[in-house]
Amino acid sequence: MSVRVIVEKCKGCSICVKCCPFSAIDMENKIAVIGDACTGCGVCVDECPFDAIEKTEDHVKKDLSEYKGVWVFAEQREGKLMPVVIELLGEAKKLAAEIGTDVSAVVCGDEVDALTHELFAYGADKVYQAVHPELKNYRTDAYTKVIEEAINRYKPEIILLGATHIGRDLGPCLAVRCDTGLTADCTKLEIDPDDKKIRQTRPAFGGNLMATIICPNHRPQMSTVRPGVMDKAEYVAGREGVAIRLDVNFKEDEIRTKIIKIVKEAGELASLTDAEFIVSGGLGLGNPEGFELLKKLADKLGGTIGSSRACVDSGWIDHSYQVGQTGTTVKPKIYFACGISGAIQHLAGMQSSDYIIAINKNENAPIFEVADYGIVGDLYEVIPAILEEL
Amino acid sequence: MKILVCVKQVPDTNEVKIDPVKGTLIREGVPSILNPDDANALEAALAIKDNDPNVKVSVLTMGPPQACEMLRECLSMGADDAYLLSDRAFGGADTWSTSNTLAAGIRKIGEVDIIFAGRQAIDGDTAQVGPQTAQRLDIPVVTYVQHVEVIGNKVVVQRQMEDGYELIEVSTPCLLTAVKELNEPRFMSIYNIVDACSKEITIWGHEDIKLSPENCGLKASPTQVFRSFTPPTKGKGEMLNGTAAEMSKNLVSKLKGLHVI
Ligand SMILES: Cc1cc2nc3c(=O)[nH]c(=O)nc-3n(C[C@H](O)[C@H](O)[C@H](O)COP(=O)(O)OP(=O)(O)OC[C@H]3O[C@@H](n4cnc5c(N)ncnc54)[C@H](O)[C@@H]3O)c2cc1C
Ligand SMILES: Cc1cc2nc3c(=O)[nH]c(=O)nc-3n(C[C@H](O)[C@H](O)[C@H](O)COP(=O)(O)OP(=O)(O)OC[C@H]3O[C@@H](n4cnc5c(N)ncnc54)[C@H](O)[C@@H]3O)c2cc1C
Ligand code: SF4
Ligand code: SF4
Repeated sequence: MSVRVIVEKCKGCSICVKCCPFSAIDMENKIAVIGDACTGCGVCVDECPFDAIEKTEDHVKKDLSEYKGVWVFAEQREGKLMPVVIELLGEAKKLAAEIGTDVSAVVCGDEVDALTHELFAYGADKVYQAVHPELKNYRTDAYTKVIEEAINRYKPEIILLGATHIGRDLGPCLAVRCDTGLTADCTKLEIDPDDKKIRQTRPAFGGNLMATIICPNHRPQMSTVRPGVMDKAEYVAGREGVAIRLDVNFKEDEIRTKIIKIVKEAGELASLTDAEFIVSGGLGLGNPEGFELLKKLADKLGGTIGSSRACVDSGWIDHSYQVGQTGTTVKPKIYFACGISGAIQHLAGMQSSDYIIAINKNENAPIFEVADYGIVGDLYEVIPAILEEL
Repeated sequence: MKILVCVKQVPDTNEVKIDPVKGTLIREGVPSILNPDDANALEAALAIKDNDPNVKVSVLTMGPPQACEMLRECLSMGADDAYLLSDRAFGGADTWSTSNTLAAGIRKIGEVDIIFAGRQAIDGDTAQVGPQTAQRLDIPVVTYVQHVEVIGNKVVVQRQMEDGYELIEVSTPCLLTAVKELNEPRFMSIYNIVDACSKEITIWGHEDIKLSPENCGLKASPTQVFRSFTPPTKGKGEMLNGTAAEMSKNLVSKLKGLHVI
């Protein structure tokens, strides 16, 4: 939806200027003029006492054909790309090939040259660079402003962001600013072969329901994508592309949050998404020391340990080890679920593992419903026995 | 100081069952609850009020008339007043529309210093409404808040990250979204329950908050649910038999046979 001022009816009372939440209206020669910042929210239409602002329906049919290309938000922390960016590039390549368009990455930081080359090597045809000292660390206002401007100028058709704590902050803000829809935490993306629009599939209701979401009449079509789900892009050393510098200017007070400090908590950060073997424990361990036994098995296989949320909640292990809907999504070659009941929120994070092995005392535990191999028994007997065999 | 808390009534997704024949969600008989993160959001507001009796805490929801029950629960926990945005026109909203309606309601309520929301509702699961509402009100937002301290007209918060947290300072007015690590929500108090029964809940429709129906609900939503289905469960595999030693031996030889170890 977009709005326009009916010049003949405008009395110049400037009520609309005050009511517009986006400061998009200015008075020129005592007539209201709607500027670029307008998101089409419609507040002014209802507020104008003289019915001088109307909705223009043609905007609903925005000229969608102007929007081209698939963009990936190249989230960096401390100058390193997040692993999900490489997954997004892999997915973006597939989507772009089906539509017949190219892939671009948008990177924000204080120094992005090395990252740009990395992004080319992972398949970006173009890299939009926003470089400014204020962009070193993520801040909502700064990143939103810079990327919003780039979207309005270069008009991408699709934007993918990682569903990280940063992507899930930035994505919603951008979607409102650019007056478009956003699908959260997607686990599958497809192109409709007929109209070339994107179909975004995501879990809702705590993983009990999957929904496929479309965004037919607004552009860009935006998704945040769950880390650990898509296949990584291939690295081609020396691959080149086109770098495009974005204009970056901030007014004073425009970035309204200040980072006082950044605190890293997890001494050793679990890197669950890359592990080929994960040995996870649940409340069935009985005590935090149980993870030491799991670690033995994980070490022997060259993998890592994981956990259910119940153990994290009990303070047995750091949250970075948590597998599931509110933890990490994993798809190792083998996932051992030891003393884990198999709640839907846990399954949501490990169901697509190649092989699932469940060890549980209770033969009716739901975890067995998804296990390739089920062992009913005490994990303190079974795991040492497996260690013997390896 | 005025604090507003956005709360949503949700089905308890732990109790949601799937109809095995139709493959659809069975919502009948599933209790409706205050969204868990929103209970943390409300607790954070009430804790600020505990320390400063001049603080007023309001709760706001968009939903069907039944949402009044949840608002009474919030009042019984200690909120001062409650607003319900309820209108046929609001139905079928995606987060674009939900945030637009909530923002219109907040504008009508008037000046507020801090707005709390939950990080994520357990039904829609998008975590988008908080930051989007802040954008529409043009106020700063901090998501994933796990600790809050109010110092004059500034708020210092811990923003949870995957591997730690950021300590962030922001001026009021601002919007903060709460995660469960923020606090332990209090229970309803008998005193407040009695009090809550006598309180009026303000109910507004689209005209009250000056939104035309085209800007609300399904009509205004850029996203549409194209189809929904129950997740395909991975078929049940093989249960191994025998003693722990036998099962382990069997397992390892099978995995070796599959060349996965
Ligand atoms: C909004 C929301 C989000 C959530 N997100 C997640 C998430 O991301 N990840 C997650 O894991 N959970 C999540 N949960 C929690 C989830 O619902 C379960 O509560 C949790 O997964 C249970 O953990 P558990 O299996 O370790 O514990 P329990 O359910 O208590 O299961 C323990 C199991 O151990 C077995 N057992 C006991 N002793 C032994 C033994 N000696 N040997 C073998 N087996 C034994 C028992 O039979 C039982 O099956 C979430 C919940 C909610 C409401
Ligand atoms: C299966 C399914 C999938 C969906 N997928 C999407 C999608 O990908 N994108 C999209 O835009 N919409 C989607 N929707 C629509 C979305 O669920 C609704 O817009 C819903 O009103 C708000 O989203 P949420 O439940 O995800 O809330 P969240 O954004 O997770 O909620 C965060 C916080 O915002 C506040 N809040 C949320 N709703 C209200 C309310 N009604 N009243 C007061 N406060 C509130 C609460 O404090 C809450 O804790 C989907 C709906 C369904 C049924
Ligand atoms: S409120 Fe209406 S009449 Fe007044 S300045 Fe704006 S458009 Fe003109
Ligand atoms: S539609 Fe909304 S954003 Fe656009 S000018 Fe009117 S009030 Fe401002």
